[in-house]
Amino acid sequence: MPTIHLNNLIKRYGEVQVLHGVELELADNEFTVLVGPSGCGKSTTLRMVAGLEDVTEGEIFVDGKPVSHLEPKDRDLAMVFQDYALYPHMNVAQNISFALRLARRPKAEIDAKVKDVAATVGLTEFLHRKPGALSGGQRQRVAMARALAKDSSLFLFDEPLSNLDAKLRGQMRAELALMSQRVQKSMIYVTHDQIEAMTLADRIVVMNGGYVQQQGSPEELFKRPVNKFVAGFLGSPPMNFLSGEIQDRSGEIYITGQGFDLLIEGEKAQAARSHSDRTVTLGVRPSDLRFDEAAPKNKALSLDVTVSEYVGAQSVLLCQCGAANVMVELASETPVALGQTLNFAVNQNGVHLFDHQKETAL
Amino acid sequence: MSIARVNRMTPYMFMAPAAVIMAIALIYPLGYMIWGSFRAWDPSQTIGEAEFVGLKNYVTLWNDPNFRESLGVTLKFAFFVVTFELIIGVGLALLLDRNIRGMSLLRTMFILPMMIAPVVVGLMWRYMYHPTVGTFNRTLESLGLPSVDWLGSHALMSVIIADIWQWTPFIFILSLAALQSLPRSALEAARIDGATAWQQIWYIKLPLMMPVLIVTGLLRLIDAFKVLEVILVMTEGGPGLSTEILALRISRTATEFRELGVAAAMSNYLLMLLLILTLGMFAFQRIQEARAARIRAAAEEDV
Ligand SMILES: Nc1ncnc2c1ncn2[C@@H]1O[C@H](COP(=O)(O)OP(=O)(O)OP(=O)(O)O)[C@@H](O)[C@H]1O
Ligand SMILES: [Mg+2]
Repeated sequence: MPTIHLNNLIKRYGEVQVLHGVELELADNEFTVLVGPSGCGKSTTLRMVAGLEDVTEGEIFVDGKPVSHLEPKDRDLAMVFQDYALYPHMNVAQNISFALRLARRPKAEIDAKVKDVAATVGLTEFLHRKPGALSGGQRQRVAMARALAKDSSLFLFDEPLSNLDAKLRGQMRAELALMSQRVQKSMIYVTHDQIEAMTLADRIVVMNGGYVQQQGSPEELFKRPVNKFVAGFLGSPPMNFLSGEIQDRSGEIYITGQGFDLLIEGEKAQAARSHSDRTVTLGVRPSDLRFDEAAPKNKALSLDVTVSEYVGAQSVLLCQCGAANVMVELASETPVALGQTLNFAVNQNGVHLFDHQKETAL
Repeated sequence: MSIARVNRMTPYMFMAPAAVIMAIALIYPLGYMIWGSFRAWDPSQTIGEAEFVGLKNYVTLWNDPNFRESLGVTLKFAFFVVTFELIIGVGLALLLDRNIRGMSLLRTMFILPMMIAPVVVGLMWRYMYHPTVGTFNRTLESLGLPSVDWLGSHALMSVIIADIWQWTPFIFILSLAALQSLPRSALEAARIDGATAWQQIWYIKLPLMMPVLIVTGLLRLIDAFKVLEVILVMTEGGPGLSTEILALRISRTATEFRELGVAAAMSNYLLMLLLILTLGMFAFQRIQEARAARIRAAAEEDV
């Protein structure tokens, strides 16, 4: 099982630089998810690891050995493409066994492997169908089976679920999680869906604009985002941001802004006290706001409800706090009328502060 | 007449002018030719004056060794021309299917021969093949090699080469278009699966191009049966009957031998041959469509 090290990876297309020195260290058997908005360079990074794109600068090390000069076939990896990239003229069995046939494995071994893998992904009845005669979900499974059949030590996935409908995507996501536990291989998975990232990953790498923003376990990134981008990207509904000013009132730290005046406690207060700039951005996740009419004024936000989105057991309220929009999650049975002003207690552990200019966490 | 009936008739009324033109422009000459092929018909007679001889023209032709030789030459010509054009055209397309600077200029240059009028092509090659002052023999001579009797004992080969030169670009551009519309990611998947460049061509590119190649090949085949000008200008069918393809023989039968009935019968033989080929092409497409439909139906069943 390989450890993979991307050393200061840079990619340029002509004049345009798309990756600005990506530095990553991926451990054995780890499920790594690259996540970020569209166009941030996730696919490019993955394709460079696969050998489908040239490396402009930097190096990729697998187990300490540089591989960027190697052809894809010499890198011992398998890949699942966003559009599945099945061979349209071959039936499912031939698709799955193509790599094995090229490697001239004995026929009995190939047959056994195809059967085995097809059973794993539930394709046994479709072995003689061409991809054109399969549904989207089935094609996705064929792509998965083809990758599995290769027995490579590294698996690459480029948004393999993005062409499926919401229900199927959820189902395949669960199956993928199961599969990754069972096969115990290193995997790199690209997605722009943060739910996929959170549920599947051992390690999440958040990218934006060709830079790695932060990497770590899902919990780490969720609880301690290093900057405003990561904080806003992970979590659904996204984190609320309010700009305010730090005020030191005889030892007590307050963040005060349009429509709120919040007492900050604990280590966040320490960080705020020693921060040079007085203006900051306050970040609070919707889930860290709790409806509580009795909450003291300096530990709560009072919000004007403008829109209520019913999503089942939970409702998402769109509210105004001064000029800023704030989203809140609320149990659906709570009686709320639009236009009301409600009081929400702020969970102190869920308070995030960001530098106003650099957007880094305090 | 009820309104409903008028409405039902409307489409046919709109189609009528086209149908009339079709009948006059297409069916009439064709019928004329078929009718004429049953007669002993001299150009000085009107078709009505010519004597009706039934199938005599067809039978005569069938037993005529010269006609058979001409048919043989035609088949040989078509076979070699299409085979080599396919191999070279597809080969070039595979070679030039990449994004290097100047490639689009190169591609444009490759299709130039196709744009030259056949008569000009014939003249050009005739001079290049000239036994003493032609380009080829002069080159051979300057290299100290024996000269070749291009338009003499190797006449058929020479006209085949000229046709390959002119029509390979046709196959080249169509194959290139087919290549460039192949699914990129399937080729990338093949690279990851361990396919070498040759294996990618053999197992992925060629099979996926096959429908286009079959249609292109058939189009070329049909065309090859009808070539006339290039050969007329280069060899006039000679020496002997060695390059007298059917189209040439038909034109000579009509103009030199003044046997319009026989020429018409010969045309009908050629027409039947082409018809069989065209029907083959249609059948191929129908089979493909039927297969696609079946696949789609199967897919819809178990969604
Ligand atoms: N061949 C190319 N030439 C020039 N620019 C390119 C090329 N391929 C990709 N890019 C640019 O590189 C950037 C990163 O592309 P990439 O495909 O890696 O994005 P991504 O993160 O995978 O986005 P998505 O989530 O939409 O797939 C994009 O801004 C894109 O425009
Ligand atoms: Mg992408």
